[in-house]
Amino acid sequence: MDATTPDPKPLLACRELRKSFGPIEVLHGVDLDLRSGEVHAIIGENGAGKSTLMKCLSGYEAPSGGEILLDGRPTRFAGSGPAESAGVVLIHQELALVDDLDAAANIFLGREPTTRFGLLDRRRMDREARALLDQLETRVDLHVPVRQLAVSQRQMIEIAKAVARDARVLFMDEPTDVLTGTETEVLFALIRRLREAGVAIAYVSHKLDEIERIADRVTVLRDGNHVATKAVTDTDAPEMARLMVGRELTDLYPDKRPAPDAPERLRVRNLTVPGYAEGVSFELRAGEVLGFAGLVGAGRTETFEGLLGLRPARGEVFVNGAPVRIRRHEDAHRHGLAYLTEDRKGKGLIQSMPLTPNLTLQALRRFARPLIDRRAERAALREAIETYDIRTGRVEARATELSGGNQQKLVVAKILLDEPRIVILDEPTRGIDVGTKREMYFLIRDLAASGLAVVVISSELQEVIGLAHRVVVMRSGRVTGILEEHELTEHEIVQYATGLKNRGVEPHEHAA
Amino acid sequence: MSTPPDAAAVPWTRRIPWQTLTPLLGLFVLVVIGAMLSDSFLSASNVTNVLTRSAFIGIIAVGTTFVIIAGGIDLSVGSMAAFVAGSMILGMNWMLGLGLAEGVVLALGIVLAVVLGLAAGSFNGFTITRGKIEPFIVTLGALGIFRSLVTYLADGGTISLDFAMRGLIRPLFYGSFLGVPWPLWIFGAVAVIGSIVLHRTRFGRYVFAIGSNEDVARYSAIPVRRIKTLTYIIQGLCVAIAVIIYVPRLGSASGSTGVLWELEAIAAVIIGGTALKGGSGHVWGTIVGAVLLSTIGNVLNLTDVISNYLNQAVQGVIIILAVLLQRGRGR
Repeated sequence: MDATTPDPKPLLACRELRKSFGPIEVLHGVDLDLRSGEVHAIIGENGAGKSTLMKCLSGYEAPSGGEILLDGRPTRFAGSGPAESAGVVLIHQELALVDDLDAAANIFLGREPTTRFGLLDRRRMDREARALLDQLETRVDLHVPVRQLAVSQRQMIEIAKAVARDARVLFMDEPTDVLTGTETEVLFALIRRLREAGVAIAYVSHKLDEIERIADRVTVLRDGNHVATKAVTDTDAPEMARLMVGRELTDLYPDKRPAPDAPERLRVRNLTVPGYAEGVSFELRAGEVLGFAGLVGAGRTETFEGLLGLRPARGEVFVNGAPVRIRRHEDAHRHGLAYLTEDRKGKGLIQSMPLTPNLTLQALRRFARPLIDRRAERAALREAIETYDIRTGRVEARATELSGGNQQKLVVAKILLDEPRIVILDEPTRGIDVGTKREMYFLIRDLAASGLAVVVISSELQEVIGLAHRVVVMRSGRVTGILEEHELTEHEIVQYATGLKNRGVEPHEHAA
Repeated sequence: MSTPPDAAAVPWTRRIPWQTLTPLLGLFVLVVIGAMLSDSFLSASNVTNVLTRSAFIGIIAVGTTFVIIAGGIDLSVGSMAAFVAGSMILGMNWMLGLGLAEGVVLALGIVLAVVLGLAAGSFNGFTITRGKIEPFIVTLGALGIFRSLVTYLADGGTISLDFAMRGLIRPLFYGSFLGVPWPLWIFGAVAVIGSIVLHRTRFGRYVFAIGSNEDVARYSAIPVRRIKTLTYIIQGLCVAIAVIIYVPRLGSASGSTGVLWELEAIAAVIIGGTALKGGSGHVWGTIVGAVLLSTIGNVLNLTDVISNYLNQAVQGVIIILAVLLQRGRGR
């Protein structure tokens, strides 16, 4: 199949597709063909227009120009409902399940099978839901509300829900972001089965290695323009990255600076977060980048939320050698600790508010004398936009209008604005493109170089290895090892993360 | 996409915040109708009368604005007003009985009202934040408690202020300064201070943040519980201030004082463009909402196009219309 000539009969296609939000056009005439039995990857930096393109093609947004062709005929979807009836289904990036309903009820939401008396056919729902989830090797209790399930299980239910709609065209937006390696393999097996069954799959991801494995063709978008469509066999990850950013991408990670011989900033002894972590001990120096590695669910986020007063915990904490009590998050803030949450949409930014109050929220004390100095706030935003290269259409924009990577930059700017001395970055590059990732890595290096003590929690081993001076590995809520710089290899970390190796630091013997 | 468009490129009609102006336009329309239907509507005495009457609900509603923007609700303000009024009168009568000078009694009476208002607000606030109970439930309970307390204090009847006090306290409602009645000065002061606190201080910004997304507020090291508690205390203070100008007007309180004031206060806030779910709103809209509500009653009183008995029906229609219009104007 030649990648460059249009397929005579794509299942779903668009020609010259345009989309504007207000006065700003974000898609400038994009062409795309989705063919039956093909996985078509769509890649691009944050803000390149991938999500908007998918939403236009699946009925969530109305395009402002160009046409959409379904089976070769011009079509206008009046909403996501009609699109789904036509077999065009989008699997959401933000999990869009009804929290209080169980898995089966969610999978059949809006199209519940009924008995001949018009009542819900619970038995049939359960049977079919079970079959779908079995395909995804996801074993969940069908009768508990999905809010009690793990994020990856919820993602699988989301996928099952889409598959249950007998989709002919399936859009997947970063489906593996919250999945573990094994779960990703299961998903890939399902994608291959769907492809063999003739489904057209559009796959949006930042993970170029995944695309090389699963996709047949790849379309690159940049700044709302179509840059290239290629057969995956004709390209490779470096070329894709180059096409995305429009320039040669030099080293992803900055040169590491030598581990500092600086005073200790933070010491944690026997930190226990009931239900999540037990007996966690480590120390952190000024200028050091300390990685936290482990599988999803190892309790890293909860450990730090406990440390920072965001959930109940006990243990000893020393800041600059002095014991401190952190009972609320405000206490942590007062002692110079700042936390970048992994959930930037739900906990990092107030989506409905403009950028300025979001930026200054945590450091508002600096702007109140005692009335808030709005001019100083606006100046701070201009400076943050400059410093962190936040790309926004207009300065009065609301946070929700920013793309994922730019939202992340704004949250980083927010937590750094109050000049913390210790920063904890939880999955700082989740869901952002490779160009922005690189900027983030250089920023982290610079922060450490300027004397901050930095913790990076990441599920990407390359990232931890590329950035950290030392790495704490956790498994099931316990520290299984603290690896020095010369020990940092993927193989070594995985052994500790999976429990094959354990330098088990037992709670009390480490209390020296 | 990276260059911000010039502000001047946006047409001026788009830059006017139409949806926030809706309550003002509504009030304007009502005033025009009132002026057409009645000659006396725009007379100085009637305008002063309407504004003075709106002061009670208006002052209370300034507090309600804080509570609602922070994502809470307070159903107890009407009962709280009755309780504070009853206690204030009883307290002053008792102090008179001790032989204190009338001026001292008045001053202590005002202090007593403020202390009781703050205490009642603290009760609501701390029960909600420390007990982690829905504000709807706590303040529904408080509504019953305050209401029955005042009925108990009045022994089922009316608590009346000692006649010796009446002459001294009357000017607080009926007197004026520079031609403007005292209640309006107080109303204005509460509105201006409320507006500054809500829109220009750290506390005010935190109120918006908590009402928009409590998780983000917590993760931003904002003392969420303290701020929420404070909104109920501010509400209690506003109730106390309203009571201080209410007591001089009637000189009595009973089990039926302030009935349904909570709903009028909430209505004023909603008409004024504050979202019931919290996170957005402003004090001046609340002021307009309170004035609009009392203007409806006044127009119905002065004219006989619609029976005065339908006052609440008209108010109800206006509340629903206000919300519909504001949403229709939304993005």
